Amino acid sequence: MPERVGESAAGRWRRRLLDLLGRNLSVVVLVLLCLISSAATWREQNPITSRSGAAVARQVLEACQAPCSVLVVARDTEADRVFVQAIEHGLDVGGARIAGRVFGQPRDVRLELERIAGAGASVDAIATHRIGSEWGPVRTAGTPVFAPGSYRWPTFLTARNLLNVVNQNADIAIIALGMTLVILTAGIDLSVGSLLALAGVIAAVTAQEWFGGGAASPAGLLAAMLLGVAAAALGGLLSGTMVTAFRVPPFVATLGLMMLARGLALILAVGHQRRLVGGGAEGTPEAVRVEAAVFAWLGNGAVLGVPNPILLMLVLFVAAHLLMTRTMFGRYVYAVGGNVEAARLSGVPVTAVLLAVYCLCGAFAGLAGIVDASRFEGGRPNAGELYELQVIAAVVVGGASLAGGRGRIAGTLIGAMIIAVIQNGLNIAGVASYEQKVVFGALILAAVLLDRLQPRLGEFRRKPL
Amino acid sequence: MLELRRISKSYPGVDALRGVSLAVGAGEVLGLVGENGAGKSTLIRIVSGAERPDGGRIGFEGEPAAFASPADARERGIAVIHQELSLVPQLSVRENLFLGAGWSRRGIVRRRWEEREARRLLRLLEMDIDPDTRCSELPLGARQAVEIAKALALEPRLLILDEPTAALSPREARALARQVRELARRGAAAIYISHRLEEIEAVADRVAVLRDGELVHGIDRREPAAGDDGLAPLDRDELIEAMVGRSLSAEFPPRIPGAVGGARLEVRGLSAGRRVRDVSFDIRRGEILGLAGLVGAGRTDVARVIFGAVAPDRGEVRLDGARLELRSPRQAIRSGICLLPEDRRGQGLVLSRSARDNFALPNLDRFRRLRGLVDRRREGRAFSGWREQLGIRLARAGQRVATLSGGNQQKVVIARWLERGASVVLCDEPTRGIDVGARYEIYEWIRRMASEGKSVLLISSELEEVLGMSDRVLVMHDGRVRGEIADPASADPAEVLRIAAGIGHSEEPSVA
Repeated sequence: MPERVGESAAGRWRRRLLDLLGRNLSVVVLVLLCLISSAATWREQNPITSRSGAAVARQVLEACQAPCSVLVVARDTEADRVFVQAIEHGLDVGGARIAGRVFGQPRDVRLELERIAGAGASVDAIATHRIGSEWGPVRTAGTPVFAPGSYRWPTFLTARNLLNVVNQNADIAIIALGMTLVILTAGIDLSVGSLLALAGVIAAVTAQEWFGGGAASPAGLLAAMLLGVAAAALGGLLSGTMVTAFRVPPFVATLGLMMLARGLALILAVGHQRRLVGGGAEGTPEAVRVEAAVFAWLGNGAVLGVPNPILLMLVLFVAAHLLMTRTMFGRYVYAVGGNVEAARLSGVPVTAVLLAVYCLCGAFAGLAGIVDASRFEGGRPNAGELYELQVIAAVVVGGASLAGGRGRIAGTLIGAMIIAVIQNGLNIAGVASYEQKVVFGALILAAVLLDRLQPRLGEFRRKPL
Repeated sequence: MLELRRISKSYPGVDALRGVSLAVGAGEVLGLVGENGAGKSTLIRIVSGAERPDGGRIGFEGEPAAFASPADARERGIAVIHQELSLVPQLSVRENLFLGAGWSRRGIVRRRWEEREARRLLRLLEMDIDPDTRCSELPLGARQAVEIAKALALEPRLLILDEPTAALSPREARALARQVRELARRGAAAIYISHRLEEIEAVADRVAVLRDGELVHGIDRREPAAGDDGLAPLDRDELIEAMVGRSLSAEFPPRIPGAVGGARLEVRGLSAGRRVRDVSFDIRRGEILGLAGLVGAGRTDVARVIFGAVAPDRGEVRLDGARLELRSPRQAIRSGICLLPEDRRGQGLVLSRSARDNFALPNLDRFRRLRGLVDRRREGRAFSGWREQLGIRLARAGQRVATLSGGNQQKVVIARWLERGASVVLCDEPTRGIDVGARYEIYEWIRRMASEGKSVLLISSELEEVLGMSDRVLVMHDGRVRGEIADPASADPAEVLRIAAGIGHSEEPSVA
């Protein structure tokens, strides 16, 4: 950028900073939102984890000379057991004796204390967590009580919450990838929500009817899932054909496919239910169930503590980013979206590029459908309703221009996360879902306004001469 | 009528105008010339209310004026004909002409009156257009004329014309010049901006030269002894020198001696719609073949058919003896044909992308590394090589091509085809809207390509250009090749015009 003559150093830096902020506005917005969410959820934290358990064990050992007999008190939950395990391990190593342990309610503590007293033993310390330390029998036992210290930290910013937020929106983000490609070519795809449902139902129905249902082999289930994705990709190809060969506006072509695919998903689900119950079934089924652990793994499993949908989403984002920035195909997509005539006269195979883009968008929707079906252990014909709007919102908020040619994959990821964070923040703050719609509506309008304003800002920054 | 005092305007990074003072009186036509980036467009934007000056004063008809918007300026009687077209393509010519406010009777369209008025305006410009044609169906030149008619319909007090003839044929340009003079005779004022000095000579009473945001030269043609039309002849060399700040030895670079070889591209009996009718010609190795004619004569269409952008109805094209399929531009590019389209911004470049991306677009297969990955290092090297050779001025390689000047944009297009190593180069109006200095460089590159044995087809509406650059010139009229000029350097431009206008319809191509 040419430097302005006579500009002071401070002015130059301010201009550069504004420039940078302007170009990465969505990142700034996301960070701001996270800060707001964090501030709004700044609460006392009393985690019940193995780490806090170990900390309690250390406290006890410091305060009480060995041999020291300790009563461990906790509730009867999964997290409590992990917590207790850590305490006992710590005490064991430190040479303390476990006088007894309680998994349950205050009443159980009283009974246990009575049992110990009855046996003629004594308790030197009670190790428990915050909740246990407030139980009546614990407070009145007359022995020192040890519980992990609490600290203040935003609930929003806990690993559990963050993973949850992203996990719940992974399907939207995956579809948004495909949508980004379509929007980059100045198109739109309204059929993604329906294709998601269709892919899920096809995967579930074929798994049940062709590959043996609950007894299906992993290979059979994989085949069923791939069939679902392929069907969605085929749907995308159909839109692409309408758009390229018959010059149907994308809005109309995909609107048609949207209804068509939704109808097909319902027909397949109803047909399956009829075959299952023998013709007499009334109404439409909630889902075509598939009870197989392998089928549910994709949506519910985790690797190294990170839920599978998030991993899938990240892998797809990296792949899509590389596709758009490093390959000929990516360049072609941008060129077609920026100026279709110039692209054609530069030898870009415009028709093939558009077909591929719509087909990919369908495939991404199909993948999201498989994730959804796996998560709910069955293909739901009504899944993904109004997803198209959320997805378009994510892409637009991520900075892509509906006029085509401008937008980035990274922007879409951020856009999807912005929507997820707002949703989460509003949920934690207790805003009702119908009230949330107002917020999202305003958000989309703001994003589109920015899109309108941005070219003008750019022009101002670098005036063509 | 219009008085500008010490107008200045700067954008981040540039001072577009530095204290320009200028006046235009009633009944006067001011010619405004200068290279691209000299500040002409900024000046116009300020006068027409599209932009506010940073400093200085504007007076209009004796009152201080600070136009808040183009509509405001229009209200006061200032009409602007922009370089970019502002017509609604889906509406008819008539509907476009009277699109602005104030033509209807209480909101009801006065159709009969509009029709009469539209015909009158188009006749003034000597344009044979049916007012009920949809604008999208008109060729570029006719659309430009409609744009001008739209401004004339307002009967403006001050008419501003920014490169109005870029897409007009010489005849239409002359008709326009007459209308501008007529307007001035009736007491209005006009500012006429053009790269074409002969047009400036035809219309301007005074000429002002802008360079780097400053007024560097002024000529008043009414002062000394007058010529036939009451105006002193214009010294073009003087103007060009003032514009570029250096003197150009000649308008065209010298021919590079080199043997013209045998026929490379053979076009036989090519027909496509009404615009291309039974066209046949050869281009030899190392030859620049000019294609002259009026706008709408079918020159662009011939190039587009050869390039595969438009399917022909009949005929064939052979390249080095092999018949071309003419199915798509992609295929043409693969066979070694390339096109510099006339509408650079609309058809040549993807404006939202960088100069480098635009350069690489047709060449990505050359920078490919396993399975469609782009080797960015190789791409960058190739681009910076050509960038240096062609002298493309960029702040950085990733700069968006939309922010470049016309000359630099055209160089990006040329660079892409040089990298491609095409053997046939179709140049459609390669210097349209490009300033004098860059124009010369583009001429040099066309010459150089020919000297390297490439075959060049040069389409130009500027007779001087097509005659000065070509080894041979074909003249088209109404979709057909009507004549061939074997020795353009010594040809009589009037003769070319006569053929182009279809005067003296000879069935046999006449050879001058």
